[in-house]
Amino acid sequence: MTALARVQPPSAGATMVLSALLEARTGQQLAASRSWRLETAIAPLLSELALPHADALVARLLDGHDHRIGDRIVDALLNHETSFFRDAGVIESAVEAVRAQGATARPRVWCAACATGQEPLSLAMLFAEDGGVMPDILATDVSASAMARARAGSYSQFEIQRGLPIRRMMRWFEADGSNWVANKTLLASVTYRRHNLAVDAGPGRFDLILCRNVLFYLTPPVRQAVLERLAQALKPAGLLLLGAGETVIGQSEQLRPSTTHRGFYERVDTEVTPHAQRG
Amino acid sequence: MKTCLIVDDSKVIRKVARHILETLNFAVVEAADGREALTQCHAHHPDVVLLDWNMPVMSGMEFLRALGDETLPKRPKVVFCTTENGMAHIRAAIEAGADEYVMKPFDRETLESKLQIVGVA
Repeated sequence: MTALARVQPPSAGATMVLSALLEARTGQQLAASRSWRLETAIAPLLSELALPHADALVARLLDGHDHRIGDRIVDALLNHETSFFRDAGVIESAVEAVRAQGATARPRVWCAACATGQEPLSLAMLFAEDGGVMPDILATDVSASAMARARAGSYSQFEIQRGLPIRRMMRWFEADGSNWVANKTLLASVTYRRHNLAVDAGPGRFDLILCRNVLFYLTPPVRQAVLERLAQALKPAGLLLLGAGETVIGQSEQLRPSTTHRGFYERVDTEVTPHAQRG
Repeated sequence: MKTCLIVDDSKVIRKVARHILETLNFAVVEAADGREALTQCHAHHPDVVLLDWNMPVMSGMEFLRALGDETLPKRPKVVFCTTENGMAHIRAAIEAGADEYVMKPFDRETLESKLQIVGVA
């Protein structure tokens, strides 16, 4: 590992430009309380480009010669934090909820903002292990580099050990040098696609959507627009799962807490079942 | 408070693991080889054993096999923690009765995650 040289903190001007770029591309806001993250996040990119500080990076962005620099900056600024079976009980309840719907057709699941893909693979393992119909799992993220990594299904020793029980690693992954790669069966059960929650329409209609730990990065207007699009992407009895601490309450007219599945959300026009009414 | 027995012939590894485990609110006891670890199991009844593979006197695998013959109030969970990172070693450890497996080097998140998986954190 190369040690990163200490660089000078971004100037106020550079912070403003980089934050504005992130917000324009993704709807994500770099709150003042998280502005410290900017310096850490861009350090590897500065090192790679042999640039001395954030102002030089901004100059590179603004001179217009490097057409990929905007994407690379946004990739660096996005938070790719994720792990296998993050909040394991929640992932298990998501699989149970899909099974409880008893759909005769193949269920459709969307993992929105899945970063490097540990969440969709966690779901795929659970669905495959319970022996039921394997759903179509679509995994999306705004970051091209995160999508490329997810598509490869290759994880470092540190990544593979976060949340993944060893027996599942033995069953579903193979050693590849110092990395561990999802086997072909597991990887083939997920479709990967680049998708920007802030601007793109939902990529279909789904029985279950997971959109965890991303809404709180979005500006309130973008968050509301995203929730509306998520609602439209749910099938009539579909379920939405957000991150802990995220809610639709007060932010969406089209979604409400599920009447049948605690911790999930559903469209307001979802028919309340007799079972739910008995509560 | 749960108790973790760290079994490793490296003082440095024991020190690093102890620091992490104490921040996770574990009581920690140590052993430098498998035989000493068996003695510590009887003395402290640990909830979990963090077990190195290659050690003098008694290896991790020998300890694991011997543990099954011991009379203890409750069998501790056993988490291998080793530089033996190949699939063959992992499979052998799990087939011999290990509950989890940590590939060195490890960090706090890895250790915490594995201890959660075996139900002690």
